[in-house]
Amino acid sequence: MPKVKIKRKSTALDMAPMCDMAFLLLTFFILTSNFIQKEVVQVTTPSSISEIKIPETNVMMILVDPKGNVFFGIDGQEKRDSLLQEIGATKGITFTEQERKEFSVISNFGVPIEKLKSFLAASPEERDTKEWALGIPSDSVNNQLKVWVTAARSINAKARIAIKADQVCTYPVIKNIMNTLRDLHENRYNLITSLEQNPEKIKL
Amino acid sequence: MSEINTDSKGKGKKGKPKKMSTRVDLTPMVDLGFLLITFFLLATTMIKPQTMELVMPSKDKPTNPPPKARASRAVTIVLGKDNKVFYWAAEQDEKITPKVIETNYSSTGIRKYLLDRNKTVMDKVRQLEKDRITKHMPDSVFDKEKIKLQSEEGVKVKLSPIILIKPSEKASYKNMVDILDEMAICNIGTYAIVDITPQDTVLIKNAKK
Repeated sequence: MPKVKIKRKSTALDMAPMCDMAFLLLTFFILTSNFIQKEVVQVTTPSSISEIKIPETNVMMILVDPKGNVFFGIDGQEKRDSLLQEIGATKGITFTEQERKEFSVISNFGVPIEKLKSFLAASPEERDTKEWALGIPSDSVNNQLKVWVTAARSINAKARIAIKADQVCTYPVIKNIMNTLRDLHENRYNLITSLEQNPEKIKL
Repeated sequence: MSEINTDSKGKGKKGKPKKMSTRVDLTPMVDLGFLLITFFLLATTMIKPQTMELVMPSKDKPTNPPPKARASRAVTIVLGKDNKVFYWAAEQDEKITPKVIETNYSSTGIRKYLLDRNKTVMDKVRQLEKDRITKHMPDSVFDKEKIKLQSEEGVKVKLSPIILIKPSEKASYKNMVDILDEMAICNIGTYAIVDITPQDTVLIKNAKK
């Protein structure tokens, strides 16, 4: 009987299908992704059963940190640029090309308008530190939040207002913001919450 | 690791064109692909944040005062400190001090009361939810019907409560969202966030004693 010769198989695999799959997944992720927006403060939102999703564009975001400091931000680099110009025009401040460029990449900020120039002069790393988490003054004496919302509204009439507040915030802080918005005839806004199961929904 | 398999046998021979293998080792390419996938997976948010829509009454329309809540339907909910809730149903006679009940945000607390009060509407909404599944109702129709039920049925049966939410100074934002959430869970059609009055504070103080 002739000896059966066992053929030695090559261990090298054809990587082409694997490669195809990897890039297919990559394409999927690139197309579906929206990047995590860096936020100046960590905010833990309360949960609700509401299932309405917030749109990605045309959003004015009002952030409130646990201490009650208010932060503001809008989407879109061009819009941010025109927002700064608008603020400059109303407050009589001229911003340089460099400052406008810096401002257009900041997703949210919380500094009084007077300190805006030094804030923009700071390096991006410095801006993330606690020293710059001052909050926009929003009391009745010096309501700069009003100025920002008005300016943002004049740039983008379609923008929705979203309030993202920390769950430990006290009610007067929120009330103050709601009153500010009410003064501006902004009666429709969204509260950002995290998802929770509706306990009363019929389970299948 | 990343050599290209070229046929090197034909080296030096003149005239004959070199026969190159077209096979390329794709392992590094796959590595790169997965590396990028990992990056995009980590850098993206898949879940969009949820929002709660809130429509507040306009300030400059005093001609449109809040509809006088029928005393039998009006329920006041005060959000106190330390996650406490106080509620009372208004009495027909204003002279009688309503009975203030202290509760919490749990499912056996304020929700139990609200579900009880709003039973008629709740049952109708539950029926609607069942219909939605059996009749394959589109979401838009369902939402419209639900709102209709919440607003109209309540008026019809004159039983569903009209809620006045009064958050106190000590209440947290979470409390406010929680109570708005309860309104959604219990299908309460009419509710409003109003400021707390000194009378309310006195009522609660007396109730605590």
